[in-house]
Amino acid sequence: MDKKDMKNIEKEMKLANEGLSEKERTLFSDARPTPVRPLNKYVEKFLNWARAESLWILGYGTGCGAIELRPLMTSRYDMFRYGIAPRPSPRQSSVFIIGGYASLKTIKRIVRSYEQMQGPKFVIALGSCTINGGMYYDSYYTINRINYYIPVDIYVAGCMPRPESLIAGFNKLKENIKAGKCDGMNKYAKNFDWYKANQKKIIKDWNMPDYNW
Amino acid sequence: MSITTKALYVIISVIVATIYGLALNGVVRKIYARVHGRFGPPVWQPFIDIIKTHGNNVAISHGIMYYLGPVFRLAGGLGTYLFIPVIFGSVVFSNFSLAGDLLLVMYFIFFGQLGMALGAGEGGHPYSPIGIARGLAQMTTFEVPFALSVIALAIQYNTLNITTIVAAQQGSILNWTLFTNPLAVVAAMISLLGMNMHSPFSIVLAPQEIPIGPPIEMNSSFLATLQTNRGLFGAAKLVLFMNLYFGGAAHANIFVALLIMILKTFIIYMFSVFVGAAYPRFRPEQSMRFFLKWPTLIGIASILFVAYF
Repeated sequence: MDKKDMKNIEKEMKLANEGLSEKERTLFSDARPTPVRPLNKYVEKFLNWARAESLWILGYGTGCGAIELRPLMTSRYDMFRYGIAPRPSPRQSSVFIIGGYASLKTIKRIVRSYEQMQGPKFVIALGSCTINGGMYYDSYYTINRINYYIPVDIYVAGCMPRPESLIAGFNKLKENIKAGKCDGMNKYAKNFDWYKANQKKIIKDWNMPDYNW
Repeated sequence: MSITTKALYVIISVIVATIYGLALNGVVRKIYARVHGRFGPPVWQPFIDIIKTHGNNVAISHGIMYYLGPVFRLAGGLGTYLFIPVIFGSVVFSNFSLAGDLLLVMYFIFFGQLGMALGAGEGGHPYSPIGIARGLAQMTTFEVPFALSVIALAIQYNTLNITTIVAAQQGSILNWTLFTNPLAVVAAMISLLGMNMHSPFSIVLAPQEIPIGPPIEMNSSFLATLQTNRGLFGAAKLVLFMNLYFGGAAHANIFVALLIMILKTFIIYMFSVFVGAAYPRFRPEQSMRFFLKWPTLIGIASILFVAYF
């Protein structure tokens, strides 16, 4: 492969960022997300244990289901004893809870926040709306299946699921992380084009970079 | 003492202080949880959090200053700690105590905050500069009573060396600064409330209004560095207060001396924890006015008390 081909491949690897104006394009990164290779088997196992025991959730309630997070945080259900804590910034959190239905307006923010989280990152989808639309299945403005747009690790079904079921979901997530099964970040990077196409199909006013680093 | 032995002692000392500081944070979270009527996270949760944040496999940097921010912060914490003798008379825990180290320590307490201000500013998030502005303003105001109290100590003991100040307080509990110069201790303990940034003075991090302020963009290893520093710096401040006002930790057996250190610093820390658990947060201007009123007057009174009575 000569230098010209290499340059072409590199150019194809860059994101077009067509939603941005010429001036804005210089301000944002145009790099694609790449899958991350796991470290040594034992190191990864140890880190997975730490990741499972310290889940920081992004404090972003996307729908009505977010109301269930309040009793979960306070003294009635006390999620802190499981090593779960809320975190105000997507940069620092590792779990994204999709709290129920996501409207078209919200999915844009969900994508932005999800991409800004630093890997490994996990997604818990809460409520029936995230699985098949639930009671909003025929709404013109509600997303029916959230895993077309971002990879989901755990679904907690119900309308509304009670805090107990959310805790059960968290415990299942912990098991999966410890078993090394939660690889949503790499799944997103590998199938990036498919996810992006799905997102762009529904988000009409795309005025952000193609990947929010 | 050879340089390798000294280096070994310093490493032991830093590791002990960091582990102690982080464990203290874990205990404090537990205490807050019990006040709220919860069980709270396990005591070792801060350690797991640090391992996890270090173990993140992606880390976004926003530039050189952003990269250096947490480094400066950790350097501030290390600098503060390394010039404070932790245990009076111990070779291992004497660190680099020298003549005039008290001034150096006060400088280092400010240093980390300034470095962090430069670093967090480059993150580009609007909440970071708000947090930094609040942090630096509050810091300047709580430094006033603390500096006045230190001046009172300098007049009282005629030195700026922490080891000499600790030595002067040995013998009896009545030799502690707490009893020889209570006004200076009151002024300093009030400024400790601001230093520890617990509830009435938590305007810098303010999780509900400016989501954790300065470190909002910090992620992965950057955040882990800050968390490590929080343990070390927290321990360093408490040890400094123990040395200056509560007679330091001194015993022939080093493990007993460490236990004394842990007990004293724990009680000093509980002061700001209990105040924090009981009082709601001040607004920035309230906090600044507070420090410039009574604590400052008490600080001035402590100097007059030492100089003329």
